[in-house]
Amino acid sequence: MPSTRNIRRRIRSVKNTAQITKAMQTVAASKMRKAQDAAVNGRPFADRAIRILANAARSLEDYEHPLLEEREVRRRAVILITTDKGLCGGLNAYLMREAAKYDRESTVFIAAGRKGAQFLARTRRNLAAEFSFADVPTFSDAMTIANAAKRIFTEREVDRVEVLYPKFINTLTQQPKAQVLLPMECLWEEGGAGQDGEKGGNPTEVDYLFEPGASEVMNGLLRWFLDFQILQLMLETKASEHSARMVAMKNATENADQLIKDLTLTYNKIRQAGITTELLDISVAQLAIS
Amino acid sequence: MAATLKLEIVTPEGQVYARDVDMVCLPGADGELGIFPHHAPLMTLLGEGEIIARRGPEEDRILVTRGCADVTGNAVSVLTVFATDEAYLDEVKAEEARQRAEARLKEKLSPEETSLVQASLAHSLAQLKIKRRPRL
Repeated sequence: MPSTRNIRRRIRSVKNTAQITKAMQTVAASKMRKAQDAAVNGRPFADRAIRILANAARSLEDYEHPLLEEREVRRRAVILITTDKGLCGGLNAYLMREAAKYDRESTVFIAAGRKGAQFLARTRRNLAAEFSFADVPTFSDAMTIANAAKRIFTEREVDRVEVLYPKFINTLTQQPKAQVLLPMECLWEEGGAGQDGEKGGNPTEVDYLFEPGASEVMNGLLRWFLDFQILQLMLETKASEHSARMVAMKNATENADQLIKDLTLTYNKIRQAGITTELLDISVAQLAIS
Repeated sequence: MAATLKLEIVTPEGQVYARDVDMVCLPGADGELGIFPHHAPLMTLLGEGEIIARRGPEEDRILVTRGCADVTGNAVSVLTVFATDEAYLDEVKAEEARQRAEARLKEKLSPEETSLVQASLAHSLAQLKIKRRPRL
């Protein structure tokens, strides 16, 4: 049996750990609220944007745009959006398991978030670019990534661009999800980043009037909707990250508390056993004297 | 009851406006557009200006800077980055936004960022202009 001193030391160290995880839980919880709101509020916009684009593209049968061009998929790019820091449960591990499924030869990766970049470097995959984004993702962060994606797609380095990100479902559930970003046609066939019940939306087969002109409208829309798609995916990632971290830290705190309880019980048992033996010794000695 | 239009204004931060209205005036890129119920499907880019929504005798004005509008049958969805309902217009916030945008313009920015910051500046200036214009 371990000595009381050892157990006391362990209890103290577990208590310290519990304090730290508790603090991290509180921080994550407050960040989580904001990140979740941002992700959920952004969904209607992302949804509508896709629906409008889908409607427009459908009424313009023979409209061509470099971002809409469908080609046979020989090479693909995957934008892997992960967190920068760990300690958020299995969130990144699940993403990486998905990422590892892509064909090594024909896939180039673009990493957004440090964890993903580390993973790709470790497994020696083709890493084309690495981006970081702030805790509150900004439009310019999204734009940088979107521009990189647009460039490799229009220069025909890849025939398809996908995004792999943890979709935020609720505080307890996040799901790794791959979404095709380019050609944009796939975006509305699968429904976009938001998927707020309405999905890509019931497409209405109508002939639209365009003001000022079809190509001006499409150009204007395509240019900034892609950026917003990526922004929305980054918001989803952040919401997932903070939720996962909050839950992971909550579990850690609970485990630590349980451990402290168990250790305290063992400690008391040993202490009492010690006292009993000592008492026994004393009474035996007393008996021997009398 | 005459037909109404469902007007929705959505920004990346959430829905700004959603109501049934009788008529909508949109600030199209090439000029004002008046939309009544049963309008032909129309897709338009928006410039800078006010969306005026008429509900009976009442009138809502929402300031927008760029974006697009999708008119289908009896629904108008407006997607824009900058939209402010004039009923909730906050002069202090607008002034802050203006200063932020001006400060950002002094930094080195990519062309796209510059255009975004300029739009944000235009939006805050338009807000201030409305707030400071004499009430009729």
